[in-house]
Formats: sequence, structure tokens, C-alpha cells
Amino acid sequence: MKTAKTLAASLVSAAILSTFTTATFAADVPAGVKLAPVQELVRGNGTEPASLDPHKTEGVPESNVIRELLEGLVNQDGDGNLVPGVAESWETKDNKTFVFHLRKDAKWSNGDALTAHDFEYSFKRAVDPKTAAPYSWYLEMTTMVNAAEIIDGKKPASELAVTALDDYTLEIKLEQALPYFVAMTSHTTLKPVHRATVEKFGDKWTLPANFVGNGAYKVSEWVVNEKIVMARNDNYWDNDSTVINKVTYLPIENQVTDMNRFLAGEIDMTYEMANEHFKRMQKEQPDSLKVTPYLCSYYYGFNNKKAPFDDVRVRKALSYAIDRDAVAKFIVGKGELPAYNFAHQKVAGLQVDTPDYATWTQKERNAKAAALLAELGYGKDKPLEFTLLYNTSENHKKIAIAVASMWKKTLGVKVNLENQEWKTFLDNRRNGNYDVTRAGWCGDYNEASTFLSLMQSNNGNNDQFYNSPAYDGFMNGAMAAVDDAVRSDNYRQAEAQLAQDMPLAPIYHYVNARLVKPTVGGYPMNNAEDKIYTKDLYIIAK
Amino acid sequence: MLDNKQNSEALSEFADKLEIEGRSLWQDARMRFMRNRAAMVSLGILVFITLLVAFGSHLSEFAFDDTDWGAMHHAPSIESGHYFGTDSLGRDMFVRTLLGGQISLLVGVMGAFVAVLIGTLYGATSGFLGGTVDRVMMRLLEILYGIPFMFFVILLVTFFGRNIFLVFVAIGAVSWLDMARIVRGQTLSLKNKEFIEAAEVCGVSKWKIITRHIVPNVLGIVAVYATLLVPQMILTESFLSFLGLGVQEPMTSWGALLQDGSQTMEIAIWQLLYPAAFMVVTLFSFNYVGDGLRDALDPKDR
Amino acid sequence: MIKFILKRMLEAIPTLLVLITITFFMMRFAPGSPFSGERSLPPEVLANIEAKYGLDKPVLEQYFSYLGSLAQGDLGPSFKYKDYTVNELVAQALPVSAKIGSIAFIFTVLMGVSVGTLAALKQNTWMDFSIMSTAMAGVVMPSFVLAPTLVYIFAIKLQWLPAGGWNGGQLQYIILPMLGMSLLYVASFARIMRGSMIEVLSSNFIRTAKAKGLPYRHIILRHALRPALLPVVSYMGPAFVGIITGSVVIETIFGLPGFGKLFVNGALNRDYSLVLGLTILIGSFTIIFNAIVDILYAFIDPKIRY
Repeated sequence: MKTAKTLAASLVSAAILSTFTTATFAADVPAGVKLAPVQELVRGNGTEPASLDPHKTEGVPESNVIRELLEGLVNQDGDGNLVPGVAESWETKDNKTFVFHLRKDAKWSNGDALTAHDFEYSFKRAVDPKTAAPYSWYLEMTTMVNAAEIIDGKKPASELAVTALDDYTLEIKLEQALPYFVAMTSHTTLKPVHRATVEKFGDKWTLPANFVGNGAYKVSEWVVNEKIVMARNDNYWDNDSTVINKVTYLPIENQVTDMNRFLAGEIDMTYEMANEHFKRMQKEQPDSLKVTPYLCSYYYGFNNKKAPFDDVRVRKALSYAIDRDAVAKFIVGKGELPAYNFAHQKVAGLQVDTPDYATWTQKERNAKAAALLAELGYGKDKPLEFTLLYNTSENHKKIAIAVASMWKKTLGVKVNLENQEWKTFLDNRRNGNYDVTRAGWCGDYNEASTFLSLMQSNNGNNDQFYNSPAYDGFMNGAMAAVDDAVRSDNYRQAEAQLAQDMPLAPIYHYVNARLVKPTVGGYPMNNAEDKIYTKDLYIIAK
Repeated sequence: MLDNKQNSEALSEFADKLEIEGRSLWQDARMRFMRNRAAMVSLGILVFITLLVAFGSHLSEFAFDDTDWGAMHHAPSIESGHYFGTDSLGRDMFVRTLLGGQISLLVGVMGAFVAVLIGTLYGATSGFLGGTVDRVMMRLLEILYGIPFMFFVILLVTFFGRNIFLVFVAIGAVSWLDMARIVRGQTLSLKNKEFIEAAEVCGVSKWKIITRHIVPNVLGIVAVYATLLVPQMILTESFLSFLGLGVQEPMTSWGALLQDGSQTMEIAIWQLLYPAAFMVVTLFSFNYVGDGLRDALDPKDR
Repeated sequence: MIKFILKRMLEAIPTLLVLITITFFMMRFAPGSPFSGERSLPPEVLANIEAKYGLDKPVLEQYFSYLGSLAQGDLGPSFKYKDYTVNELVAQALPVSAKIGSIAFIFTVLMGVSVGTLAALKQNTWMDFSIMSTAMAGVVMPSFVLAPTLVYIFAIKLQWLPAGGWNGGQLQYIILPMLGMSLLYVASFARIMRGSMIEVLSSNFIRTAKAKGLPYRHIILRHALRPALLPVVSYMGPAFVGIITGSVVIETIFGLPGFGKLFVNGALNRDYSLVLGLTILIGSFTIIFNAIVDILYAFIDPKIRY
């Protein structure tokens, strides 16, 4: 591939002026591969998208569909490296002011030219309170000048520091130096929308009859809860390299159903893979099973405000006594990585120390855990008793049962399991109505702050109510750092602080396992954010 | 944990109710029921299953919540002591199947009991009184029908927390609605029959006509429908677990076991088959007991 | 008859109003909001969204403004499916549920009644026994077991039928979900029909007819069938509503875009307007079908009056 011309996302390099030349990055069919006559792809996509408007969505299924329909400034290749999208090249001197040079041949699906003004309009639309974008805070995360004030209603949206210098040059100003800003622009929220269409049709602009986009595909049919069908967009600038003509997304919530429809030959790529069936598929469909790292962490959060979990010894004891190898190997068992750190270990550029307890054997951990609880006077006659909260799901249930049984066996702790329906669960977790809760976190972009900022005391998602000035200090240090090494060191210390305070017990780091027909070529095996572009795939003749 | 006593209590209570009013009608019915071989055999099976469910778990060396990483998805075998195999966490299916029966039998019988009691009286009253009363009662039924059950359950959990008693409230709330409609239909037709008209002319009170003449005449269809309700209530219970009500792991129920088993049909069919077999046998028995009751109580057969 | 229908229509309005009111406030008391997610939104972002959907106003005001737009036939925007209004979502799901529901319903009633009658006529023979055993299995077998089994046999192993999808409702896409949906009800109808028929056959007027020496078939068709249908007709109300509102399990397994999935997803996502819209619709179905059942009673037993 064209790695020589790509900027590795992992190289969160300090600002050097970097320029790129136009190249094709779409489906890269190796010589000798015979393509199938019918180039159509059907994908399982979890749930029905809430919207196809990039400024109204938050979930993964939405992002998957929008990735086909709209193209941002940059894309990712199969290894997660950044490759030019609408922007041919970009430059920055101080990591605060970024200038993007847009390709001149980019068009909307109705033939209109795609210009820097479209991006300016779209970014301003994303922060405008009138749009009410749930992910508008993402622009705040980029520290784009005035974003926070606009969302708060203190300044008009027109004040956002994004400017079309001319039709093909876009300038963006940030408040803080953010070397990974370019990587952040591949996010769904920063995709462009077609102004005339949006203004003409309002909420209805995404419907097949109205839709105008700039991606490799355009919506041709949409039946809620059944399917979204997309056809090739002939006006896409790199249309010549696109091989697949039609792609269909099916909202299939049940993993077994997803698998069954794959086995019946109706789906080319499933969304996920049920744990229970993984071993069977390994035997029956070894050529179809694809496992890739996936930037999400699974953990149990302690209610740090509530006794006895306000005592670090209780938190540590419970964390130590979780046999992560057993969970990873026996319960999820798809190649998930046992976790002792919070941030996913495949996060680009992240270097953390292995915490002490990770190096002990499980026996040592159990002994240490029992000693900690004994110190506090918990024992056979006075067992620690609490409730473990999780949201209803087969996987969460099994892990909860397993961990509860580990705690019971090694520490004599009495655990009551409590499952709740999703929204009730969220409400209780957010309001601190729990002792220990199941949680998971997925990265929005491939950089450590997407995980680690979560545990800052002022973060709205810090449901563990962890409040450590030391930790906040490291995180602020990382944000303010101009030098990569300094930032990296701050992250390292932040993770060490987590291992010391144990506000949460990391359990495993995700992988993404799915069934992909062997005839699907170009499937990326190393994109940790699971950003798959159908335009990069092709169907091989049998 | 639930004691199976409650279960048998509910049954005996039901039987007591039958007997309290025991004039010759009820004695007659009992005689006829005893002579029905299928019904008696089924009753025997039900008693056996109830006992097994209540005490059978002591027959195994395993506890219901013992996870075992070395024995996940273990097929049934006598040597290993896992007579019904193990589940996906290595827990013994024999113990869990028996244990699951406790809550499921209770829920099934309870649901049917509430349906018979409230549904029958409500339907018979509505149909017999007719006119405005009937209309109001039926519109009320339509409203109860329309209220989203999911929110009802979510609110129950929110305001009262997780409590096994609430399972019965939730099951009871839905089980009788269809029964009321069916009984009302029968009553509408019955009330034009000569013997009801005769009773009215004789000045028998309305309540007495309903309980003495209408209800015994609809019991046949009530018994049939009640047996249909039992499996539905058992499955409803597992839906309640989804919403955070109902039994909580590591406890279990037949509905929950079936749900889990259906996810692993292709790899560990025994996880589905054993609980299903227990449920089928139980429901067949309920069915024949129901038929026996129907025949025994049929006033026309005298 | 016309008077009866008019009266029913008038009664439907307060009934629905009570239903709407209860449902509306029940949903607001439920924990969680339509816009809470794994990532909690910053307060100012949440405020923007709530303002957009009018959720920042007092609940009573929201209630009356909902009734106001309802009176004009507007069910409001969906909170979950943000590109659609509830009217559009309902319009998309209605033909699907109506098509598969009515086919399943007709199949169910015809199968249930004929099989149940057959079992009653052959009471206590091997035929009765095998029919009733199958029926019992049908009642016990939950759809989440039945449907994957059908898929496994007919779609994966035999490859005769597709494992899912709707595609405008072509026949091959309907067969498996219809079977999955109707088995429970076929079995229930058969059980009720059998019980009812046996009861009627043992009643005095049939005995009289037999004594008169009327032909057996004549007795069954002319005298026994109508009264025996009475409880079946009663059960048709709940069964029809149950089938038409769809089984979320069946719809999930077969990927059908019907009411069941819409309703459950709406409830789980706290999509207030979508749930209310569907509740009104399902409530109306219940009311209409109960009225039809009441009319049918009069055909079965001309003596029935209201």
C-alpha cells in the first residue's frame, strides 16, 4: 500500500510542515485476483441508525453508514493510518492553526462542487445549539476556538474559528496545541453536509429521495428496522477506484441471528460474533473468522464516594481477586486481552508501565486481596456484602456471575447481582445509586486522552466519582504539553495513579470478531477503530 | 430464595376453596375426577415434579452457583455427576433445572389462579349485568390492555426495587385480561338460557346467579384456557428478568434456562432440552388435570 | 347495527384519552431520558436537545400540546429515529404488520378451528391425542426457540427459504416468520375449540338432534359449530391484536420492519412520542376488534343483546 505517502496516526508528531500529493487510496486489488461479476456487499450493522445526519448521531452503527455516504477531510487506511480524504494535504506550524488544502475534483453527489465553504458551514452547524447535536462536545474536545461558548449559547455559531480562506483552503484555529487534531477530523461529527439540501429539506434531507452526499456511495433505499441500501456515487472523486457497486446494511440486533443469516449466505460481513459460538465457528468457518483489536475497555467501576468503596484497600482487594485471564479466556474467549490498565493497550503511541499487580500470579493477588480485606476486619464472620450492577445482556451477565463467584470463592464476599434495563441502569449509575457497576468505554479517536480524560474529576462521564488532584494534574499536564515525550510521560503517570488508587478495575481490552466471507477482499486486519470503508473492499470470484 | 411450600400452599388453598362450598356438586366432581385415569396419573406426575423441584437438588453433589472453568458446556454424563450436563459457566444443569422449577411452577400456577379468580368473576359480572356496567367494565379492560406493559414493569422496579413479590404483581396484572373477555362472551350467551331466566324469576340474587349458575357453566372453557396460560406466564417471567424484575442470577427459572439454552442450541442442545422436557411434562400434566377438572365440573354431565 | 357502531365510536374517544393520559405520565415517571446514553451529554448540550424537542417545558404543558397536535393527526417527531416523524414510522411499519399479521391470523383461525374440531369429534382416540400433543408442544415452545429452529432447518440446512428479511413482503420471506408467529395461537385456538366442541356435543339439544336421527355431519355443521365457536370468537380479539402488533422476537430474528420491534425499541430508548403513537394505534385496534367480536356474537347467538 501507499504507506510511504501516509501519515501514521500513531506518529502524533510534533508539528512539522507536511504536504501530500494526490493518490488513489481506494480498493487496492492485488494483481492476479479475479473479481466476481456481481460486486455487492451485505453487512450486519447491529442496530437501526438513529439518523444519517452526522450532526445528530452518536453511535457506531450510524458512523458505519455515514462513513460510506460522507467523506471528511481525512480517511483511515486498513492499518488505521491517516490518508487524505477531501483534503489533499494539510499543514501546521504550531499544532494550533491548521490549514487544509482541499482537492479540486471533489464533488457532491448532485454534481455541485465541494468547497471549503461546505466544511465551514458544516462545522458551524455541528456546534450550533439550534442543531442540538449530541456530539457537539466533540468540537469542544478539539478546543476549536469559541466552540465551548457557542454550545453554551454565549456566542453565535458564526464565531467558530473555522474559515474558508478560499474555495479550496480551510483554516481551523485551536485554543490548545493538539498534535492529533488531524486524526480527530476523521470523526463522524466533522463530516460535511450539503447546505442547500439541508436548508431545503430540514430533518428530512437524509431520506433517499433528498439525499446529497460526497462519499463513495449514496442512499438509495431505507426501510427503518429492515435495511439501508446504498448505490455507487458516480460523482465521487475517486469513483474509478471503487469496485463494489452496491452495499446494504442490515440492523440485526441479535448476534446469533446475525450469524445464522451469514450461514444462510445472506450476509457477507456480520457485525459482531456471539462468544458462545466463537469456538464452533473456529472449527466450522475458520476462513471466515476475522479478529481485530478494537479500542474499547471493559471494566468494573467502584462507587468511590460510597463506603466501603471509599477505602482504596477494598477497591484493590476486589480488583486483585478478579482472575482476568479466566474471564478473557473462558468467558469472552475471542482473543480479548486481560487488562490491568484502563486505556486500551493498542492505543496509538501509548506507553504505560505494567502495574505491579499485573506481574503477580493470581494466587499472589488473591492472597494480597484477602490480606487487605482482613486488615479492615472483613472475614468469615463479617463478610463484605454489596451489589454488582450491570445492564441486561448475555455477556455482561456471564462476566458478572463469574466475577461474583471469584469474589465469593477467594474473599468470602457476598455479592448480589442486579441487572437493569439500559436506561434505568444509566440513570442509576450516573446518580451513584450503586456499589460496583459494569462499564465499558470506547475511544472516539486513536489517542490516549479519549480514555484517560474520562477519570478526570470534572468529566461528566466520571460515574465512579473518582477525584484525584494528582491524576487531574497529570492529565492537565498532558493537555498542555507541547512535546510528545512530556505528554506521553504524563499519560504514563496518570495510568500509574489509576493502578495505585484503583477507582475502577480494568478487566479486558476488546477485540472485534466477526464473520467475513472469504470472497470479500481488502478486509482491514489492523484498524483498531474498526473503520471499514466499503470503497476499499472488493468481491473475489469464487 | 423461594420455598416451594408457597407453591403447594397455593395449590392446597385452591383445593380448599373448592371444598368450602362443597355441597354434593363438589363431592360429585371429586368422585368423577378420581375416576379419570389420565387426570389422576397427571396429578401424580405433578406431585412428583413438585417434590423433585423442592428437594431434588440434594441428589447432586453440586451447588447451583458453582462455576467451573474446567467443565464448561459439559455434555450429560453419569460418571461426572453432571446428569444433565453443565451450562456455559460450568454450572450443573441438573441442580439448576430443578431449582428453576420452583419459581416457574409458582408463577405458572399463580398466574392461572389469578386469571381464574379475577378473570372469571370480572367477565361473568360484566356479561351478566350487561348494559352500562358491561360497557364501562369492557372499556376499562381495553385500557388495561393498551397500557405498555414494559413501562408498568419498569416503574414497578423503580419505585419498589427488586422484589420477588413484584413478579407476582406483574404476572397477575396481565394474566386475567383475556380470560375476562372469554368468560364474558360465554356469559352473554348463557344469560338467555332458560335456567338462568328461571332463577331470576325466582328472585335469586344477582351475585348468587353469577357464582352458582354462570360460573359453574363456564368452568369448562376456563379450565382449558387456564392450562394455556401456565406456559405463557412462565415465559413472561423470563421477560421480566430482562427488565430487571424477576429472579436474579445465580438463581434461575425455566424461562431463563430456555432463553439461555436457545442461544446455544447448536453447541449444547442439552442446555435447552432438559428444562424444556421438564416444562413439557409439567404442562401436559396440567393439561390433563385441567381436562379432568373440566369433565368433573361440567354441570351438564350430571 | 349502525347505532351500535356509532355508540362504540363515541365510547372509544374517552377510552383512548384515558389510555393516552396514563401512558403519557407513566413514561415520564420512568427513569432515563430519550437522550441519555453511554456518554452522558454536557448539560448545555442536553439543554439544547431538550429545547429542540420541547422537553424543557413543564410536563403538563407538554401533555396538552401533545393532545393538541394529536387532534390534528400529528403524532410528533420520533426522539430515537431523528430523521422520521412517528406518522412516517407507523406508515412504514403498518403494511408489514398488517400483511404478515392478517395472513398469520387467517391461517391461525382456520387451522385452529378445524384441527380443534377434528380432535373433539375423535375425542380420546389416537388422533385426538396426537393433535393435542402437537398443540401442547406448540403452546410450550417459546418463539425464541421455535424461530431459530425453523431458520436452522429451512434456511441453513435445507436452504429452501431465506433466513430473514422482508423485501416488500414476497411470499418466501413470509412463510417462516408466519409459522413462527402463528404456532402458539394455532395451538391455543385448537385447544379452546376442542374443549368448547366437546361441551356442546354433550349438551341436550345435540342429544335431541342425535335422537331424532339427523345425519352426523348435519348435526355438526348446522347445530354444533356455531355455539362451539363462541369462546373462539372471544379469543379472536386478543389473538388478533397479539398477532398484528407483532412479536418482537419473531421480528428481531427474521429482520422484519414491523410494529413489535418499533415498539420495544421505542420503549427501551424512551422515545415518548413513538411509544404513545403506537399505544394509540394498538389501543384502537383493540377497541375496533372487540367491537367486531361483539357483532360476531350476535351472529353466533341471535339472542345476545347488549
